Amino acid sequence: MRLYLASALLLLAAACASGGRSAPPPAAAPQDTTDRPPYASTYQRRPNQPVLIRNATIMTAAGQEIAAGSILLRDGRIVAVGATVDAPGDATVVDGTGKWVTPGLIDTHSHLGVYAAPSTPAESDGNEATSPVTAEVWAEHSVWPQDPQIPLAIAGGITTIQALPGSANLVGGRSAVLRLVPARSVQEMKFPGARYGVKMACGENPKRVYGSRGGPSTRMGNMAGYRNAFIAAQNYRRRWDKWIKDHQGDPPDRNLRNETLAEVLRGNIYVQNHCYRADEMMQMLDLAREFGFKIRSFHHAVEAYKIADALAREGTAASVWADWWGFKEEAMDGIHENAALLQQAGARPVIHSDSESGIQRLNQEAAKAMYAGQRAGIAVTRDQALRWITANAAWVLGIDSVTGTLEAGKMADVVVWSHDPFSVYARALQVYNDGWLVYDRNDPSHQPRTDFMLGRP
Amino acid sequence: MIAILLAQTIAITGGTVYPVSGPKIDHATVLIRDGRIVAVGTNVAVPAGATRIDAAGTWVTPGLIDGGGQLGLTEIGAVQGTNDGGLRDSAVAASFNVSEGLNPASVLIPVTRIEGVTTALAAPSGNFLRGQAVLIDLDGRTIEAMVIKSPVGMVVNLNENSKGAGGGSRAGAAARLRRVLTDARIYAQRRNDFQRAQIQPLSASAADLEALQPVLRGEVPLIAVANRQSDIATALRIAREFRLRLILAGAAEGWQIADQIAAAGVPVMVQAMDNVPTYDGLGIRYENAALLAKAGVKVVLMETDTHNSRNLRQQAGNAVSYGMAWEQALRSVTLTTAEVFGVADRYGSLEPGKVANVVVWSGDPFEFATGVEHVYIRGREIPLRSRQTELLERYKTLPPRY
Repeated sequence: MRLYLASALLLLAAACASGGRSAPPPAAAPQDTTDRPPYASTYQRRPNQPVLIRNATIMTAAGQEIAAGSILLRDGRIVAVGATVDAPGDATVVDGTGKWVTPGLIDTHSHLGVYAAPSTPAESDGNEATSPVTAEVWAEHSVWPQDPQIPLAIAGGITTIQALPGSANLVGGRSAVLRLVPARSVQEMKFPGARYGVKMACGENPKRVYGSRGGPSTRMGNMAGYRNAFIAAQNYRRRWDKWIKDHQGDPPDRNLRNETLAEVLRGNIYVQNHCYRADEMMQMLDLAREFGFKIRSFHHAVEAYKIADALAREGTAASVWADWWGFKEEAMDGIHENAALLQQAGARPVIHSDSESGIQRLNQEAAKAMYAGQRAGIAVTRDQALRWITANAAWVLGIDSVTGTLEAGKMADVVVWSHDPFSVYARALQVYNDGWLVYDRNDPSHQPRTDFMLGRP
Repeated sequence: MIAILLAQTIAITGGTVYPVSGPKIDHATVLIRDGRIVAVGTNVAVPAGATRIDAAGTWVTPGLIDGGGQLGLTEIGAVQGTNDGGLRDSAVAASFNVSEGLNPASVLIPVTRIEGVTTALAAPSGNFLRGQAVLIDLDGRTIEAMVIKSPVGMVVNLNENSKGAGGGSRAGAAARLRRVLTDARIYAQRRNDFQRAQIQPLSASAADLEALQPVLRGEVPLIAVANRQSDIATALRIAREFRLRLILAGAAEGWQIADQIAAAGVPVMVQAMDNVPTYDGLGIRYENAALLAKAGVKVVLMETDTHNSRNLRQQAGNAVSYGMAWEQALRSVTLTTAEVFGVADRYGSLEPGKVANVVVWSGDPFEFATGVEHVYIRGREIPLRSRQTELLERYKTLPPRY
């Protein structure tokens, strides 16, 4: 529709221009703002009867694919997974014959809520493109919970997203890790205990946006921009650490920009780094070494396969597309086998969407990348490919100890599929988010609609 | 414009053949000679000296035809110097034909054809009366060698993007289109007066008015990009008034007036993987393609992301998931498309006499598990190589050997 013919390119470019146990509470310094009470998660699990899905093919993303297996969900947790599971008397039994069950899918790179539909300037809240370093802004303060794209993603089997600021800026601001449930406020969606990420961006976008507005206008200007920002954050952190230790005089002035970057230096906020080219990713790894932090994941990373060995060594994940390429020069070397080559090298691939459309078919994107790898002779298992959109994605967000696989004790984030999820014909039939049946394809009373769509076709 | 080929005979034997023009044939042979299909069936004698391709266990289909993108007209989205798809300054560009902007050396072409798309529409971009689209085969060293038919359609926007050309209103855009078409009629009757400036000025240049003559005669269809139900109805109305051949493209809310579209006998080009609402199409939904087809509308499936035109088969698979019959989806990326573009005498099915655009798949072409084993364009076996396969080879083992 609106992507008809050439306009598709422009929109693509625009999208990219935008760019534990609950994870154990971060080892917090007193001024740590992570989940500071005024911005705390108010997420609450919806009550649900216990559910037993039986006689389905269960893909655990933890090494097993169980034919004719069962899984029991109760009080928001997975109680048991296996060939035979006893159902409690009050359980709703779902016949999974001929169906597949996977963990809820997780998208590490989404702009749902911050670039909401219907995509007018009124909903364009993803890039605070007023300064190249805006570590002070938080994506959650832009998220519109009534974004009509959210129910569409839920119907695609997504249970958790990372909503990111765009990529106009060197440092774009904090991300929000959200449970994908209908809600009146973003607070009700915030994943309890999840750490913040901070969006950083390399390459063409910051250059393009700021080249005629005071810079940076070059890649070396980008690097200087990150370094200056982190030097300021080092100083800020030092002043605060000193004050926390001796409480001499007034506390230093708070500075939101430095506060976020100081948390990165303390290891409490994950760096989520939009970066396409292999050589630039290597520069960013050096930058991280200079300031003593880790990059949790590169995003887009169309050339990650060229440095798969280095990414494996560093323990930095790569969130990539199956096949996007060519919309700008730094995206020219994208290949289908990117994720598979990362897997082969022992790195941590993730398939992400960066798209309100692609997020609805993350399973299809993973399938494309898996089969392309297999056809090229790269050994990729179905379990590994499923982990690209579940367990590995959970790791990128630091929530892998509580979700991302079908294992007893994990949150009951579960999708029932009509076919093998790696088939083009698979559709999500049921989506359980924290044990709650948030979506049922065959039951209109379990198909959430946003306010926006009421009274509309 | 078929290039002269060396005499070559190829027999693809033993596969399950989907001719599209008829039911599938198990263990069949497709015989190709000099760029054309000469025989399809189970009792085809393979001449001595023919190149034999053992296709047992595979699926053989016509090459897919994509009506959605700008192959040959764009190389790198963000690099203006590589984009030749549209005129930026002219709202009315009827005389603009994209052909000479085509780049036969585009790296997108091998990337696309080795995944089974052998033919594509190259359509102009723009905001209102964009110009003339052409149909190309994804093989050939020159523009002349690639172009199958020019023009295949005159593209116009009747959607929110065309409002500017209409002074800020959809009604203005519709009125402007009527004015241009009316003036094209006047122009045809009074060419001499026009040249001597003896009539009041017309609303477009002589070249544009001339280019609209085949559209007014019904020889070249008007491809109207319209999404909102009311815009689709406007396109139908204008086509009726001027007796134009109309093709609808986009048609996000087409399913809401599928009966009217069917009654008008107007074909529709849709993307099956679109469902995100905008004010230009709040009723957009995945079932659109299937509901249109059920109403009797001729449906063409398309992929509008030019760099991923290869995902046309994913569009088709998703159309099936949301209600379209599998056979119909295959037709919607082959023979129906050829019919709508007026080239079904040469393209779109595996029948004797047709151009030998043939793909041999390892299985169901819509499935991700399926790979392409052979691609023939005009009977030439296409090497399964692209810039992307070369990158893969270089970096498959690290460090790379430069």
